[in-house]
Amino acid sequence: MSDDHHDCCDHHGHHHELVIENLSVSYRRVLALENISLATSCGNRVALIGPNGAGKSTLLKAIAGLVPREKGSILWRGTTVKKWSREFAYLPQREDVDWSFPITVRGLVEMGRYPQTGWWRKFSNTDSLAVDKALESLALLDLQDRQIRELSGGQQQRAFLARSLAQEAHVLLLDEPFTGLDRNASQLLGELLNKLAHEGRLIIASHHDLNSVPRLFDEVLVLATRSVAFGPVAEVLTEELINQTFYEPLISE
Amino acid sequence: MDFDLLNNLFYQRALATAGFIGFTNGFFSGFVVLRRNALSVSALSHTMLPGIALGIFLTGALSQWNAFFGALFAALLVGLGSVAVARGNRVEQGTALAVLYTAAFAGGIALLPKIGTRQELEHWLFGDIIAVGNTDIWIAFGIGTIILLVTNLLMRPILLTLFEPHVAAAQGVPVRFIQYLIFTLLVLALVSSLQAVGCVLSVGLLVTPAATVSLLTDRTSALFWGGGLIGGIGSIGAVLLSGSFGITPGPAIVIVLGLLFIAAYLFSPKYGLLAPHHPSRTHKKSKKTAPN
Repeated sequence: MSDDHHDCCDHHGHHHELVIENLSVSYRRVLALENISLATSCGNRVALIGPNGAGKSTLLKAIAGLVPREKGSILWRGTTVKKWSREFAYLPQREDVDWSFPITVRGLVEMGRYPQTGWWRKFSNTDSLAVDKALESLALLDLQDRQIRELSGGQQQRAFLARSLAQEAHVLLLDEPFTGLDRNASQLLGELLNKLAHEGRLIIASHHDLNSVPRLFDEVLVLATRSVAFGPVAEVLTEELINQTFYEPLISE
Repeated sequence: MDFDLLNNLFYQRALATAGFIGFTNGFFSGFVVLRRNALSVSALSHTMLPGIALGIFLTGALSQWNAFFGALFAALLVGLGSVAVARGNRVEQGTALAVLYTAAFAGGIALLPKIGTRQELEHWLFGDIIAVGNTDIWIAFGIGTIILLVTNLLMRPILLTLFEPHVAAAQGVPVRFIQYLIFTLLVLALVSSLQAVGCVLSVGLLVTPAATVSLLTDRTSALFWGGGLIGGIGSIGAVLLSGSFGITPGPAIVIVLGLLFIAAYLFSPKYGLLAPHHPSRTHKKSKKTAPN
Protein backbone atom coordinates (compact mmCIF):
# COMPACT_ATOMS: atom_id res chain seq x y z
CA MET A 1 0.00 0.00 0.00
CA SER A 2 1.35 3.39 -0.89
CA ASP A 3 1.27 6.45 1.31
CA ASP A 4 -0.77 8.43 -1.14
CA HIS A 5 -3.83 8.36 1.10
CA HIS A 6 -2.85 11.53 2.83
CA ASP A 7 -2.57 13.50 -0.33
CA CYS A 8 -4.68 11.46 -2.68
CA CYS A 9 -6.62 14.58 -3.43
CA ASP A 10 -4.26 17.51 -3.26
CA HIS A 11 -1.43 15.75 -5.01
CA HIS A 12 -1.82 17.44 -8.31
CA GLY A 13 -3.31 20.59 -6.96
CA HIS A 14 -6.87 19.57 -7.77
CA HIS A 15 -9.50 17.59 -5.94
CA HIS A 16 -10.86 14.25 -6.99
CA GLU A 17 -14.42 14.84 -7.95
CA LEU A 18 -17.48 12.65 -7.80
CA VAL A 19 -20.15 13.92 -10.17
CA ILE A 20 -23.59 12.36 -10.34
CA GLU A 21 -25.79 13.49 -13.20
CA ASN A 22 -29.52 12.89 -13.58
CA LEU A 23 -29.44 9.54 -11.84
CA SER A 24 -32.73 7.64 -11.82
CA VAL A 25 -33.35 4.23 -10.27
CA SER A 26 -36.47 2.08 -10.19
CA TYR A 27 -36.90 -0.60 -7.60
CA ARG A 28 -39.46 -3.32 -8.30
CA ARG A 29 -40.95 -1.15 -11.00
CA VAL A 30 -41.45 1.79 -8.64
CA LEU A 31 -39.40 4.91 -9.17
CA ALA A 32 -37.07 5.18 -6.18
CA LEU A 33 -34.77 7.95 -7.31
CA GLU A 34 -35.49 10.58 -9.91
CA ASN A 35 -32.94 12.81 -11.60
CA ILE A 36 -30.44 13.05 -8.78
CA SER A 37 -27.48 15.29 -9.51
CA LEU A 38 -24.66 16.35 -7.26
CA ALA A 39 -20.99 17.20 -7.43
CA THR A 40 -18.62 16.83 -4.53
CA SER A 41 -14.99 15.96 -3.96
CA CYS A 42 -12.55 14.11 -1.75
CA GLY A 43 -12.18 15.42 1.77
CA ASN A 44 -15.91 15.96 2.23
CA ARG A 45 -18.41 14.23 4.44
CA VAL A 46 -21.80 14.17 2.75
CA ALA A 47 -24.99 13.31 4.62
CA LEU A 48 -28.00 11.86 2.80
CA ILE A 49 -31.13 12.78 4.68
CA GLY A 50 -34.82 12.49 3.97
CA PRO A 51 -37.92 10.75 5.22
CA ASN A 52 -38.25 6.96 5.20
CA GLY A 53 -38.47 5.65 1.67
CA ALA A 54 -36.85 8.79 0.27
CA GLY A 55 -34.20 6.67 -1.44
CA LYS A 56 -31.17 7.21 0.81
CA SER A 57 -30.12 3.56 0.83
CA THR A 58 -31.01 3.21 -2.83
CA LEU A 59 -28.73 6.11 -3.75
CA LEU A 60 -25.83 4.55 -1.84
CA LYS A 61 -26.47 1.22 -3.54
CA ALA A 62 -26.75 2.88 -6.94
CA ILE A 63 -23.37 4.58 -6.50
CA ALA A 64 -21.86 1.28 -5.34
CA GLY A 65 -23.33 -0.46 -8.39
CA LEU A 66 -25.63 -2.73 -6.39
CA VAL A 67 -28.85 -1.68 -8.10
CA PRO A 68 -29.12 -1.04 -11.82
CA ARG A 69 -29.14 2.61 -12.82
CA GLU A 70 -32.00 3.36 -15.11
CA LYS A 71 -30.74 6.70 -16.33
CA GLY A 72 -27.93 9.12 -15.66
CA SER A 73 -24.23 8.75 -15.04
CA ILE A 74 -21.64 8.68 -12.29
CA LEU A 75 -18.24 10.22 -12.90
CA TRP A 76 -15.35 9.59 -10.55
CA ARG A 77 -12.08 11.45 -11.22
CA GLY A 78 -13.33 12.30 -14.67
CA THR A 79 -14.08 8.73 -15.68
CA THR A 80 -17.51 7.18 -15.98
CA VAL A 81 -18.10 4.44 -13.44
CA LYS A 82 -19.73 1.69 -15.50
CA LYS A 83 -20.89 -0.67 -12.79
CA TRP A 84 -18.60 -0.73 -9.79
CA SER A 85 -15.27 0.81 -8.86
CA ARG A 86 -12.51 -0.67 -6.75
CA GLU A 87 -12.13 2.77 -5.21
CA PHE A 88 -15.68 2.69 -3.83
CA ALA A 89 -16.49 0.74 -0.69
CA TYR A 90 -20.02 -0.01 0.46
CA LEU A 91 -20.67 -0.47 4.19
CA PRO A 92 -24.03 -2.12 4.89
CA GLN A 93 -26.38 -1.29 7.73
CA ARG A 94 -25.31 -3.20 10.80
CA GLU A 95 -28.60 -5.08 10.99
CA ASP A 96 -28.06 -6.44 7.47
CA VAL A 97 -24.86 -8.23 8.44
CA ASP A 98 -24.77 -11.83 9.66
CA TRP A 99 -22.60 -11.23 12.72
CA SER A 100 -22.58 -14.90 13.75
CA PHE A 101 -20.63 -15.74 10.58
CA PRO A 102 -17.54 -17.61 11.76
CA ILE A 103 -14.94 -15.00 10.89
CA THR A 104 -12.49 -12.99 12.97
CA VAL A 105 -12.03 -9.23 12.78
CA ARG A 106 -8.80 -9.77 10.88
CA GLY A 107 -10.51 -12.17 8.50
CA LEU A 108 -13.16 -9.54 7.80
CA VAL A 109 -10.56 -6.87 7.09
CA GLU A 110 -8.60 -9.28 4.87
CA MET A 111 -11.70 -9.58 2.68
CA GLY A 112 -11.07 -5.95 1.74
CA ARG A 113 -7.89 -7.04 -0.04
CA TYR A 114 -9.66 -9.43 -2.40
CA PRO A 115 -10.20 -6.83 -5.15
CA GLN A 116 -6.40 -6.35 -5.08
CA THR A 117 -5.41 -9.99 -4.83
CA GLY A 118 -8.03 -11.15 -7.30
CA TRP A 119 -9.55 -14.59 -6.94
CA TRP A 120 -6.36 -16.62 -6.75
CA ARG A 121 -3.19 -14.65 -5.97
CA LYS A 122 -1.66 -15.53 -2.65
CA PHE A 123 -1.75 -13.07 0.22
CA SER A 124 1.53 -11.16 0.03
CA ASN A 125 3.45 -9.15 2.57
CA THR A 126 1.99 -5.99 1.10
CA ASP A 127 -1.49 -7.34 1.72
CA SER A 128 -0.72 -8.22 5.34
CA LEU A 129 0.78 -4.79 5.88
CA ALA A 130 -2.28 -3.08 4.42
CA VAL A 131 -4.46 -5.11 6.78
CA ASP A 132 -2.24 -4.26 9.77
CA LYS A 133 -2.35 -0.59 8.87
CA ALA A 134 -6.12 -0.58 8.48
CA LEU A 135 -6.58 -2.35 11.81
CA GLU A 136 -4.21 0.06 13.48
CA SER A 137 -5.79 3.24 12.17
CA LEU A 138 -9.18 2.11 13.46
CA ALA A 139 -7.76 0.93 16.81
CA LEU A 140 -8.71 -2.70 16.21
CA LEU A 141 -5.28 -4.38 16.49
CA ASP A 142 -6.02 -5.74 19.97
CA LEU A 143 -9.35 -7.11 18.83
CA GLN A 144 -8.21 -8.71 15.58
CA ASP A 145 -8.65 -12.31 16.73
CA ARG A 146 -12.18 -11.83 18.04
CA GLN A 147 -15.17 -13.31 16.32
CA ILE A 148 -17.11 -10.35 14.90
CA ARG A 149 -20.14 -10.82 17.14
CA GLU A 150 -17.93 -10.28 20.17
CA LEU A 151 -17.54 -6.63 19.21
CA SER A 152 -19.62 -3.68 20.34
CA GLY A 153 -21.70 -1.82 17.77
CA GLY A 154 -19.08 0.88 17.33
CA GLN A 155 -16.32 -1.68 16.92
CA GLN A 156 -18.37 -3.56 14.32
CA GLN A 157 -18.79 -0.34 12.35
CA ARG A 158 -15.04 0.27 12.60
CA ALA A 159 -14.29 -3.27 11.44
CA PHE A 160 -16.13 -2.57 8.18
CA LEU A 161 -14.36 0.78 7.88
CA ALA A 162 -11.05 -1.05 8.29
CA ARG A 163 -12.12 -3.44 5.56
CA SER A 164 -12.68 -0.51 3.20
CA LEU A 165 -9.29 0.99 4.13
CA ALA A 166 -7.62 -2.34 3.40
CA GLN A 167 -9.33 -2.15 0.01
CA GLU A 168 -7.71 1.28 -0.47
CA ALA A 169 -11.11 2.73 -1.22
CA HIS A 170 -11.39 6.49 -1.72
CA VAL A 171 -15.14 6.79 -1.55
CA LEU A 172 -16.84 5.28 1.50
CA LEU A 173 -20.58 4.68 1.16
CA LEU A 174 -22.09 4.08 4.60
CA ASP A 175 -25.69 3.07 5.24
CA GLU A 176 -26.87 4.56 8.56
CA PRO A 177 -23.50 4.17 10.31
CA PHE A 178 -24.60 5.91 13.50
CA THR A 179 -27.79 3.92 14.05
CA GLY A 180 -27.81 1.99 17.31
CA LEU A 181 -24.53 3.38 18.65
CA ASP A 182 -24.34 4.79 22.15
CA ARG A 183 -23.08 8.32 22.63
CA ASN A 184 -19.41 7.45 23.14
CA ALA A 185 -19.29 5.11 20.17
CA SER A 186 -21.11 7.65 18.08
CA GLN A 187 -18.66 10.40 19.00
CA LEU A 188 -15.65 8.20 18.29
CA LEU A 189 -17.06 7.18 14.91
CA GLY A 190 -17.66 10.86 14.11
CA GLU A 191 -14.04 11.67 14.88
CA LEU A 192 -12.81 8.75 12.80
CA LEU A 193 -14.90 9.77 9.79
CA ASN A 194 -13.55 13.29 10.18
CA LYS A 195 -9.99 11.93 10.20
CA LEU A 196 -10.65 9.73 7.16
CA ALA A 197 -12.07 12.72 5.28
CA HIS A 198 -9.04 14.81 6.24
CA GLU A 199 -6.80 12.12 4.85
CA GLY A 200 -8.53 12.68 1.56
CA ARG A 201 -11.43 10.28 1.41
CA LEU A 202 -14.95 11.10 0.39
CA ILE A 203 -17.53 9.97 2.95
CA ILE A 204 -21.15 9.60 1.90
CA ALA A 205 -23.54 8.37 4.58
CA SER A 206 -27.26 8.08 4.99
CA HIS A 207 -28.30 9.62 8.25
CA HIS A 208 -31.54 10.19 10.11
CA ASP A 209 -30.67 12.37 13.09
CA LEU A 210 -31.03 15.93 11.80
CA ASN A 211 -29.57 17.50 14.96
CA SER A 212 -26.17 15.90 14.53
CA VAL A 213 -25.79 16.69 10.82
CA PRO A 214 -23.94 20.02 11.35
CA ARG A 215 -21.48 18.37 13.74
CA LEU A 216 -20.79 15.27 11.66
CA PHE A 217 -21.01 16.39 8.04
CA ASP A 218 -19.80 19.09 5.66
CA GLU A 219 -22.41 18.77 2.94
CA VAL A 220 -25.94 17.47 2.86
CA LEU A 221 -28.26 16.08 0.20
CA VAL A 222 -31.92 16.27 1.14
CA LEU A 223 -33.81 13.53 -0.65
CA ALA A 224 -37.44 12.79 -1.28
CA THR A 225 -37.14 10.51 -4.31
CA ARG A 226 -36.07 13.68 -6.08
CA SER A 227 -33.21 15.81 -4.89
CA VAL A 228 -34.73 18.54 -2.74
CA ALA A 229 -31.53 20.40 -1.98
CA PHE A 230 -27.78 19.89 -1.99
CA GLY A 231 -24.93 21.97 -0.62
CA PRO A 232 -22.98 22.92 2.50
CA VAL A 233 -24.83 21.97 5.67
CA ALA A 234 -25.15 25.53 6.96
CA GLU A 235 -26.78 26.73 3.73
CA VAL A 236 -29.08 23.81 3.09
CA LEU A 237 -30.42 22.78 6.47
CA THR A 238 -32.87 25.59 7.04
CA GLU A 239 -35.87 25.15 9.26
CA GLU A 240 -38.18 25.88 6.38
CA LEU A 241 -36.71 23.12 4.25
CA ILE A 242 -36.79 20.61 7.08
CA ASN A 243 -40.44 21.33 7.78
CA GLN A 244 -41.27 21.10 4.12
CA THR A 245 -39.44 17.80 3.60
CA PHE A 246 -40.13 15.93 6.78
CA TYR A 247 -43.37 17.14 8.23
CA GLU A 248 -45.67 17.86 5.32
CA PRO A 249 -47.08 15.13 3.17
CA LEU A 250 -45.43 15.23 -0.21
CA ILE A 251 -47.77 16.30 -2.95
CA SER A 252 -47.04 14.60 -6.19
CA GLU A 253 -46.47 16.79 -9.14
CA MET B 1 -12.74 -56.46 13.91
CA ASP B 2 -13.28 -59.30 11.48
CA PHE B 3 -10.22 -59.64 9.24
CA ASP B 4 -12.05 -61.64 6.62
CA LEU B 5 -14.40 -58.74 6.28
CA LEU B 6 -11.57 -56.24 5.94
CA ASN B 7 -10.01 -58.31 3.17
CA ASN B 8 -13.29 -58.43 1.34
CA LEU B 9 -13.09 -56.38 -1.86
CA PHE B 10 -16.62 -55.03 -1.50
CA TYR B 11 -15.88 -53.95 2.02
CA GLN B 12 -12.68 -52.17 1.04
CA ARG B 13 -14.48 -50.35 -1.72
CA ALA B 14 -17.24 -49.39 0.67
CA LEU B 15 -14.69 -47.93 3.10
CA ALA B 16 -12.89 -45.96 0.39
CA THR B 17 -16.16 -44.61 -1.00
CA ALA B 18 -17.47 -43.69 2.44
CA GLY B 19 -14.23 -41.87 3.24
CA PHE B 20 -14.23 -39.95 -0.03
CA ILE B 21 -17.91 -39.01 -0.06
CA GLY B 22 -17.66 -38.17 3.62
CA PHE B 23 -14.73 -35.86 2.95
CA THR B 24 -16.15 -34.01 -0.07
CA ASN B 25 -19.61 -33.63 1.43
CA GLY B 26 -18.13 -32.66 4.78
CA PHE B 27 -16.01 -30.06 2.99
CA PHE B 28 -19.03 -28.72 1.13
CA SER B 29 -21.12 -28.70 4.31
CA GLY B 30 -19.08 -25.62 5.24
CA PHE B 31 -20.84 -23.71 2.47
CA VAL B 32 -24.23 -25.14 3.43
CA VAL B 33 -23.76 -23.97 7.02
CA LEU B 34 -22.58 -20.52 5.94
CA ARG B 35 -25.45 -20.25 3.46
CA ARG B 36 -27.80 -20.37 6.45
CA ASN B 37 -30.58 -22.40 4.93
CA ALA B 38 -29.88 -26.04 5.67
CA LEU B 39 -33.62 -26.74 5.39
CA SER B 40 -33.58 -26.10 1.67
CA VAL B 41 -31.04 -28.93 1.39
CA SER B 42 -33.58 -31.20 2.98
CA ALA B 43 -36.23 -30.08 0.51
CA LEU B 44 -33.91 -30.70 -2.43
CA SER B 45 -32.92 -34.13 -1.20
CA HIS B 46 -36.57 -35.17 -1.00
CA THR B 47 -36.93 -34.08 -4.61
CA MET B 48 -34.43 -36.69 -5.73
CA LEU B 49 -36.77 -39.60 -4.98
CA PRO B 50 -39.46 -38.57 -7.49
CA GLY B 51 -36.59 -37.84 -9.89
CA ILE B 52 -35.39 -41.42 -9.60
CA ALA B 53 -38.94 -42.73 -9.97
CA LEU B 54 -39.37 -40.63 -13.09
CA GLY B 55 -36.07 -41.89 -14.47
CA ILE B 56 -37.22 -45.49 -14.04
CA PHE B 57 -40.67 -44.75 -15.41
CA LEU B 58 -39.35 -43.14 -18.57
CA THR B 59 -36.62 -45.67 -19.30
CA GLY B 60 -38.33 -48.76 -17.90
CA ALA B 61 -35.28 -49.85 -15.90
CA LEU B 62 -33.46 -48.98 -12.71
CA SER B 63 -29.79 -48.30 -13.32
CA GLN B 64 -27.23 -46.03 -11.70
CA TRP B 65 -27.32 -43.62 -14.61
CA ASN B 66 -31.12 -43.46 -14.78
CA ALA B 67 -31.24 -42.76 -11.08
CA PHE B 68 -28.42 -40.24 -11.29
CA PHE B 69 -29.90 -38.19 -14.09
CA GLY B 70 -33.43 -38.49 -12.76
CA ALA B 71 -32.37 -37.19 -9.36
CA LEU B 72 -30.21 -34.44 -10.85
CA PHE B 73 -32.97 -33.34 -13.22
CA ALA B 74 -35.64 -33.20 -10.50
CA ALA B 75 -33.45 -31.38 -7.98
CA LEU B 76 -32.35 -28.78 -10.53
CA LEU B 77 -35.90 -28.32 -11.82
CA VAL B 78 -37.40 -27.82 -8.37
CA GLY B 79 -34.51 -25.77 -7.02
CA LEU B 80 -34.13 -23.43 -9.97
CA GLY B 81 -37.92 -23.35 -10.32
CA SER B 82 -38.22 -22.03 -6.78
CA VAL B 83 -35.63 -19.34 -7.53
CA ALA B 84 -37.52 -18.33 -10.66
CA VAL B 85 -40.87 -18.18 -8.85
CA ALA B 86 -39.33 -16.10 -6.06
CA ARG B 87 -38.00 -13.60 -8.58
CA GLY B 88 -41.58 -12.64 -9.31
CA ASN B 89 -41.40 -10.84 -5.93
CA ARG B 90 -44.70 -12.19 -4.74
CA VAL B 91 -43.88 -15.64 -3.32
CA GLU B 92 -40.88 -16.00 -1.03
CA GLN B 93 -38.32 -18.63 -2.08
CA GLY B 94 -38.80 -20.91 0.94
CA THR B 95 -42.51 -21.00 0.22
CA ALA B 96 -41.97 -21.70 -3.47
CA LEU B 97 -39.51 -24.49 -2.63
CA ALA B 98 -41.94 -26.11 -0.17
CA VAL B 99 -44.76 -26.02 -2.73
CA LEU B 100 -42.67 -27.44 -5.56
CA TYR B 101 -40.85 -30.16 -3.63
CA THR B 102 -43.96 -31.56 -1.91
CA ALA B 103 -45.75 -31.57 -5.27
CA ALA B 104 -42.80 -33.38 -6.85
CA PHE B 105 -42.59 -35.83 -3.96
CA ALA B 106 -46.30 -36.60 -4.26
CA GLY B 107 -45.81 -37.14 -7.98
CA GLY B 108 -43.06 -39.61 -7.20
CA ILE B 109 -45.25 -41.50 -4.74
CA ALA B 110 -48.02 -41.65 -7.34
CA LEU B 111 -45.58 -43.09 -9.88
CA LEU B 112 -44.27 -45.83 -7.57
CA PRO B 113 -47.04 -48.43 -8.11
CA LYS B 114 -46.67 -48.04 -11.86
CA ILE B 115 -43.01 -49.02 -11.98
CA GLY B 116 -43.04 -52.00 -9.61
CA THR B 117 -39.56 -51.64 -8.14
CA ARG B 118 -40.54 -50.43 -4.70
CA GLN B 119 -38.02 -52.72 -3.02
CA GLU B 120 -35.09 -51.23 -4.85
CA LEU B 121 -36.29 -47.70 -4.34
CA GLU B 122 -35.96 -48.09 -0.61
CA HIS B 123 -32.31 -48.61 -1.25
CA TRP B 124 -32.13 -45.17 -2.85
CA LEU B 125 -33.88 -43.63 0.12
CA PHE B 126 -31.42 -44.91 2.68
CA GLY B 127 -28.45 -46.01 0.63
CA ASP B 128 -26.39 -49.17 0.60
CA ILE B 129 -22.70 -48.52 0.57
CA ILE B 130 -21.74 -52.21 0.73
CA ALA B 131 -23.45 -52.78 -2.61
CA VAL B 132 -21.62 -49.88 -4.24
CA GLY B 133 -20.87 -50.60 -7.90
CA ASN B 134 -18.14 -49.33 -10.17
CA THR B 135 -20.44 -46.77 -11.76
CA ASP B 136 -21.34 -45.38 -8.35
CA ILE B 137 -17.70 -45.06 -7.42
CA TRP B 138 -16.87 -43.20 -10.61
CA ILE B 139 -19.86 -40.90 -10.23
CA ALA B 140 -18.92 -40.15 -6.63
CA PHE B 141 -15.22 -39.60 -7.35
CA GLY B 142 -15.91 -37.47 -10.42
CA ILE B 143 -18.42 -35.24 -8.68
CA GLY B 144 -16.30 -35.03 -5.55
CA THR B 145 -13.26 -33.92 -7.52
CA ILE B 146 -15.28 -31.28 -9.39
CA ILE B 147 -16.70 -29.94 -6.12
CA LEU B 148 -13.31 -29.75 -4.42
CA LEU B 149 -11.64 -28.13 -7.43
CA VAL B 150 -14.30 -25.52 -8.13
CA THR B 151 -14.84 -24.50 -4.52
CA ASN B 152 -11.12 -24.16 -3.83
CA LEU B 153 -10.55 -22.14 -7.00
CA LEU B 154 -13.45 -19.80 -6.25
CA MET B 155 -13.14 -19.78 -2.46
CA ARG B 156 -12.73 -16.00 -2.18
CA PRO B 157 -15.69 -14.85 -4.26
CA ILE B 158 -17.83 -17.59 -2.69
CA LEU B 159 -16.98 -16.48 0.85
CA LEU B 160 -17.53 -12.80 0.00
CA THR B 161 -20.94 -13.67 -1.45
CA LEU B 162 -22.01 -15.84 1.47
CA PHE B 163 -20.93 -13.31 4.07
CA GLU B 164 -22.49 -10.17 2.64
CA PRO B 165 -23.67 -10.23 -0.97
CA HIS B 166 -24.03 -6.44 -1.19
CA VAL B 167 -20.48 -5.72 -0.11
CA ALA B 168 -19.31 -8.51 -2.39
CA ALA B 169 -21.12 -7.02 -5.37
CA ALA B 170 -19.62 -3.61 -4.59
CA GLN B 171 -16.22 -5.29 -4.79
CA GLY B 172 -17.00 -6.60 -8.25
CA VAL B 173 -17.96 -10.19 -7.40
CA PRO B 174 -20.54 -11.64 -9.84
CA VAL B 175 -22.86 -12.46 -6.95
CA ARG B 176 -25.72 -13.99 -8.91
CA PHE B 177 -23.40 -16.31 -10.82
CA ILE B 178 -21.76 -17.43 -7.57
CA GLN B 179 -25.16 -18.10 -5.96
CA TYR B 180 -26.28 -20.28 -8.86
CA LEU B 181 -22.91 -22.04 -8.81
CA ILE B 182 -23.17 -22.89 -5.09
CA PHE B 183 -26.67 -24.16 -5.71
CA THR B 184 -25.58 -26.37 -8.61
CA LEU B 185 -22.67 -27.79 -6.61
CA LEU B 186 -25.05 -28.49 -3.74
CA VAL B 187 -27.32 -30.53 -5.97
CA LEU B 188 -24.30 -32.42 -7.35
CA ALA B 189 -23.09 -33.15 -3.81
CA LEU B 190 -26.52 -34.48 -2.87
CA VAL B 191 -26.62 -36.75 -5.90
CA SER B 192 -23.11 -38.04 -5.24
CA SER B 193 -24.07 -39.28 -1.80
CA LEU B 194 -27.19 -41.08 -3.05
CA GLN B 195 -25.52 -44.48 -3.15
CA ALA B 196 -23.80 -44.21 0.21
CA VAL B 197 -26.54 -42.89 2.43
CA GLY B 198 -29.56 -42.38 0.18
CA CYS B 199 -31.44 -39.18 -0.49
CA VAL B 200 -32.89 -38.74 2.98
CA LEU B 201 -29.73 -39.24 5.00
CA SER B 202 -27.53 -37.31 2.56
CA VAL B 203 -28.81 -34.15 4.24
CA GLY B 204 -26.97 -35.17 7.39
CA LEU B 205 -23.68 -35.59 5.51
CA LEU B 206 -24.11 -32.17 3.95
CA VAL B 207 -24.90 -30.26 7.12
CA THR B 208 -23.61 -31.98 10.25
CA PRO B 209 -19.79 -31.96 9.77
CA ALA B 210 -19.39 -28.19 9.39
CA ALA B 211 -22.11 -27.54 11.97
CA THR B 212 -19.93 -29.50 14.39
CA VAL B 213 -16.79 -27.55 13.43
CA SER B 214 -18.62 -24.23 13.77
CA LEU B 215 -19.00 -25.02 17.47
CA LEU B 216 -15.26 -25.47 17.82
CA THR B 217 -13.64 -22.58 15.94
CA ASP B 218 -14.12 -19.05 14.55
CA ARG B 219 -11.84 -19.66 11.59
CA THR B 220 -13.78 -19.76 8.34
CA SER B 221 -11.37 -22.07 6.50
CA ALA B 222 -11.56 -24.61 9.34
CA LEU B 223 -15.23 -25.16 8.48
CA PHE B 224 -14.26 -26.69 5.15
CA TRP B 225 -11.15 -28.71 5.97
CA GLY B 226 -12.37 -29.60 9.45
CA GLY B 227 -15.77 -30.53 8.05
CA GLY B 228 -14.03 -32.69 5.44
CA LEU B 229 -11.97 -34.50 8.08
CA ILE B 230 -14.94 -35.09 10.37
CA GLY B 231 -17.06 -36.23 7.43
CA GLY B 232 -14.37 -38.56 6.05
CA ILE B 233 -13.12 -40.08 9.29
CA GLY B 234 -16.62 -40.23 10.78
CA SER B 235 -17.95 -42.08 7.73
CA ILE B 236 -15.11 -44.62 7.69
CA GLY B 237 -15.45 -45.16 11.44
CA ALA B 238 -19.19 -45.58 11.10
CA VAL B 239 -18.87 -48.20 8.36
CA LEU B 240 -16.32 -50.11 10.48
CA LEU B 241 -18.54 -49.96 13.56
CA SER B 242 -21.84 -50.62 11.82
CA GLY B 243 -21.29 -54.40 11.65
CA SER B 244 -20.62 -54.77 15.36
CA PHE B 245 -23.81 -52.94 16.23
CA GLY B 246 -25.90 -54.59 13.57
CA ILE B 247 -26.83 -51.27 11.94
CA THR B 248 -26.82 -50.68 8.19
CA PRO B 249 -23.86 -48.47 7.22
CA GLY B 250 -25.87 -45.52 5.77
CA PRO B 251 -27.76 -44.71 8.94
CA ALA B 252 -24.63 -45.54 10.99
CA ILE B 253 -22.70 -42.75 9.20
CA VAL B 254 -25.32 -40.15 10.00
CA ILE B 255 -25.74 -41.39 13.59
CA VAL B 256 -21.99 -41.14 14.22
CA LEU B 257 -21.89 -37.61 12.75
CA GLY B 258 -24.89 -36.64 14.86
CA LEU B 259 -23.21 -37.95 18.02
CA LEU B 260 -20.06 -35.97 17.21
CA PHE B 261 -22.21 -32.85 16.82
CA ILE B 262 -23.87 -33.39 20.19
CA ALA B 263 -20.47 -33.95 21.80
CA ALA B 264 -19.23 -30.63 20.36
CA TYR B 265 -22.45 -28.91 21.41
CA LEU B 266 -21.88 -30.03 24.99
CA PHE B 267 -18.11 -29.95 25.37
CA SER B 268 -16.76 -27.27 22.98
CA PRO B 269 -14.27 -25.19 25.02
CA LYS B 270 -15.71 -21.90 23.77
CA TYR B 271 -19.30 -22.48 22.66
CA GLY B 272 -20.18 -25.72 24.47
CA LEU B 273 -23.14 -25.87 26.82
CA LEU B 274 -20.85 -27.14 29.59
CA ALA B 275 -17.96 -24.77 28.80
CA PRO B 276 -16.88 -22.52 31.68
CA HIS B 277 -17.22 -19.44 29.46
CA HIS B 278 -20.41 -20.28 27.63
CA PRO B 279 -21.60 -17.14 25.77
CA SER B 280 -25.02 -17.06 27.45
CA ARG B 281 -23.37 -16.85 30.87
CA THR B 282 -20.53 -14.45 30.09
CA HIS B 283 -22.48 -12.11 27.88
CA LYS B 284 -22.66 -9.27 30.36
CA LYS B 285 -19.05 -9.59 31.37
CA SER B 286 -17.74 -9.54 27.82
CA LYS B 287 -19.78 -6.43 27.09
CA LYS B 288 -18.14 -4.67 29.98
CA THR B 289 -14.68 -5.55 28.80
CA ALA B 290 -15.39 -4.30 25.31
CA PRO B 291 -15.22 -0.53 25.40
CA ASN B 292 -16.05 1.30 22.24
